[in-house]
Amino acid sequence: MATIAAVLRRPTSPTGVWAWITTVDHKRIGVLYLVTAFTFFLIGGLEAMAMRTQLMRADNSVVSASVFSQLFTMHALTMIFLGVMPLSAAFFNFIVPLQIGARDVAFPRLNALSYWVFLFGGILLNLGWFTGGAADAGWFAYANLTERTYTPSHGMDFYVLGLLVLGVSSLAAALNFIITIINLRAPGMTLMRMPVFIWMTLVTSFLLVFAFPVITVGLFQLLFDRFFGTNFFNVAGGGDVIMWQHLFWVFGHPEVYILILPAMGIVSEVLPAFSRKPLFGYPFVVFSGVVIGFMGWGVWAHHMFTTGMGPVADAVFSVTTMLIAVPTGVKIFNWLGTLWGGSLDLKTPMLFALGFVFLFIIGGLSGVSHASPPADLQQQDTYYIVAHIHYVLFGGSIFGIFAGLYYWFPKMTNRLLNEGVGKLNFWLMFIGMNMAFAPMHWYGLQGMPRRIYTYPSGMGWDGWNLVSTIGGYILAVGILVFVYNVFSSLRRGRVAGDDPWDGRTLEWAIPSPPPHYNFAEIPVVHGRDAFWEQKYGAGHGEGAQTPMHRPVAGGSYEAHADIHMPSPSYWPIVVSFGLLLLALGVVYGLAPVMLLGLPFNVTSLLGVGIIFIGIYGWSIEPVA
Amino acid sequence: MPQNTLAPAGEVARDILSLFRLIFWMAVVVFVVVQGLLVYAIFRFRRKPGDTAMPAQVHGNTPLEVAWTIAPAVILAVIAVPTIGTIGKLAEPPDGKPVVQVSVTGHQWWWEFQLPELGVLTANELHIPVGSRVNATLKSADIIHSFWVPRLSGKSDLFPGSRTTSRWFDADQPGEYQGQCAEFCGASHAHMKFRVIAQTQADFDAWVRAQKAPAATPTGRAADGAALFTNPSKLCYTCHTIDGTTAQGKVGPNLTHFASRGTLAAGLFERTDENIATWLRDPLAVKPGSKMPNLGLSDTDIQTLVTYLQALK
Repeated sequence: MATIAAVLRRPTSPTGVWAWITTVDHKRIGVLYLVTAFTFFLIGGLEAMAMRTQLMRADNSVVSASVFSQLFTMHALTMIFLGVMPLSAAFFNFIVPLQIGARDVAFPRLNALSYWVFLFGGILLNLGWFTGGAADAGWFAYANLTERTYTPSHGMDFYVLGLLVLGVSSLAAALNFIITIINLRAPGMTLMRMPVFIWMTLVTSFLLVFAFPVITVGLFQLLFDRFFGTNFFNVAGGGDVIMWQHLFWVFGHPEVYILILPAMGIVSEVLPAFSRKPLFGYPFVVFSGVVIGFMGWGVWAHHMFTTGMGPVADAVFSVTTMLIAVPTGVKIFNWLGTLWGGSLDLKTPMLFALGFVFLFIIGGLSGVSHASPPADLQQQDTYYIVAHIHYVLFGGSIFGIFAGLYYWFPKMTNRLLNEGVGKLNFWLMFIGMNMAFAPMHWYGLQGMPRRIYTYPSGMGWDGWNLVSTIGGYILAVGILVFVYNVFSSLRRGRVAGDDPWDGRTLEWAIPSPPPHYNFAEIPVVHGRDAFWEQKYGAGHGEGAQTPMHRPVAGGSYEAHADIHMPSPSYWPIVVSFGLLLLALGVVYGLAPVMLLGLPFNVTSLLGVGIIFIGIYGWSIEPVA
Repeated sequence: MPQNTLAPAGEVARDILSLFRLIFWMAVVVFVVVQGLLVYAIFRFRRKPGDTAMPAQVHGNTPLEVAWTIAPAVILAVIAVPTIGTIGKLAEPPDGKPVVQVSVTGHQWWWEFQLPELGVLTANELHIPVGSRVNATLKSADIIHSFWVPRLSGKSDLFPGSRTTSRWFDADQPGEYQGQCAEFCGASHAHMKFRVIAQTQADFDAWVRAQKAPAATPTGRAADGAALFTNPSKLCYTCHTIDGTTAQGKVGPNLTHFASRGTLAAGLFERTDENIATWLRDPLAVKPGSKMPNLGLSDTDIQTLVTYLQALK
């Protein structure tokens, strides 16, 4: 009992490794998300480079067919679940409480749990690399290739368990942010005064809450097929392989918006800040985001036009898919409206935001061409689609995230990222990205299928594939330049101050980096762009050149040790570790023991035990 | 470019391309207008050094919002109408031409083609008559594959179990049209190719007659090869069928008229003595995961089998 009592005394150290492991501070958790997700993003990039090297020329043999299958499967899984989603989550964590004028999220320990579960889930998903082969049936994992007969390695087991564990993280985080945004806004911040980034976080969180249960059902069916011999997708036993496709894409298409909406939110913050103008058509931008969130549920079968759904279903899903281009177009036109007549300061965050708009338009237009089922019959599963998704998810999501990185890095660290290096970073990524992905439209239409590890010469694909590979390397250099910029600016970067961009939202009203408690006094909000209004008055500074008022949202920052903040806790990482053991035990069925006549395995039982102890300790943990 | 969707050689591929052209040019117009506005705005409204004036704080414009909601909707309607027309047309072969039924079965990693009305069974090379429409019924023997001949028609997936799909297409001119599996299906997905060989009706009829003829009677070294093929220690017969012999295996392609085909191993090689020998020596070295194992054949056995296989006209 003595040890439990010792553990139950909450950790107090504000510095050192333990402070990070036990932290419940949304800003630190945001940084943890950022560093972890960026590391996974680099790993996913290495996987991409290996594939591009293999496809550089015809009949190449840099990697084997089996390794290539693992590379494209893990590249997609890593970029989607361990890169873009948690990078967005890093911004949700760091920025949402600051922008809504709160001191933390609604459930700080649950927030820590989300992070640790994400970290362990990411490791779980990648364990296959070290244990005889990572997942190799594509990130979409179409049944019945995923049955154990066809994919015997543990790679697919790690896929199932990894995604289930990551689902726990996403659901916990999504609920946390919904509740935070609905309940913890500063007085006066009505829904229609929320920054667009907050709106997009809210919509994304709702999408997560509704989408993950659907994939969870599919994953459990697959888990039962692989481990317990059920026949959900086993055709010989009467299973149906199409059912997986429906379950996967009912999740998978909203997932696309989960990936892009946060980036749209970031861009909707950056463009006004660097145009010195409010966002054009705020209610239309907000509602088009909400409408996309709803319409995203009615388009999933456009991934299935080649399955022979019949002309009626094809026509319906074609029209719904085309309709979703309307709210997307509305967003783009409003961003143009924001630029129009503004005073555009072309600093690196702005360059990435403008790059986002430019590249996303291309991805949107190619998307319309496969919203038409007959055209899609030629484009499906070719490099044309690879081009499309990378314009949307790299040119879109990643450029949006880089805009956010350059924009908020000074708030996180009180250092500005170097502007010159930043511009080099942007142009390398912009040129590299277009060189890598634009030719894919072309050789896709020339009939090059996706997911082939090699191709003969004489198909007309050689030259443009080489261009793509060179573009990929330029892109990779661009990413390395960014990494260099972060490390050098952390040490030598210009000190940013509280408000380096003449910002519009509340996070710029407080010190950089923000104190533990964020706001010395909770601000009172009187309109949209709350901080801008404080600086320039209700007239929004028409004609003014310098701020009229001193910022007041932060209040005084001297001696605020009296502000009560939640204490750190050991339990989130304990519960997460239990979940990891539970999943590992399922994969390996290590040392099975019989319990009440049923086979149980020790590792999973241990995991469940740790989860229960963790939850128990969590619930009776004293306030520090 | 043998798989170029932009060089259609049949009615279906041409209809799809003309629809794609419409979408493409509308996209080009939207691209030029919108990106033009973006680039113009960037240059026109760039902050000049020393310019500290606050721009007019415009919050929105409702008529503009209505306009740019309606404009994309109209453009999409222009695309949607012919899209739905083409969906209808592709659903079933239109009247006016004779129809040849073809049954396609996908295997990891090869294609089985059957012409049930004509009693023909072959692999990896589908012969069709010009002037007829082909109505293909598709299914899979193991996992999902996708049938795709880019110059003739779009994709259609093949499913295991009782679910079948169908796709019709035709070819304008005699010629060879390359196809390839388009749904990831495991290690050798890249090597699951096939050819559609369009012929004049007379050539097609001659091909059908040749395919229905019994297997050639081997002589000399080829006869030794025939004996090897059905020798219990060599195992060929357990997976392959050659009509009129004891070889009745159903795992791999039917080889009764092997030498009438231009390629082997699902389009991986041209059918030359040397390539057949390479294949027999170690199939897995050239086609990862192939169900055909390394049979440990001696060089002499390989040459003998090559002679036999090349005699199966």
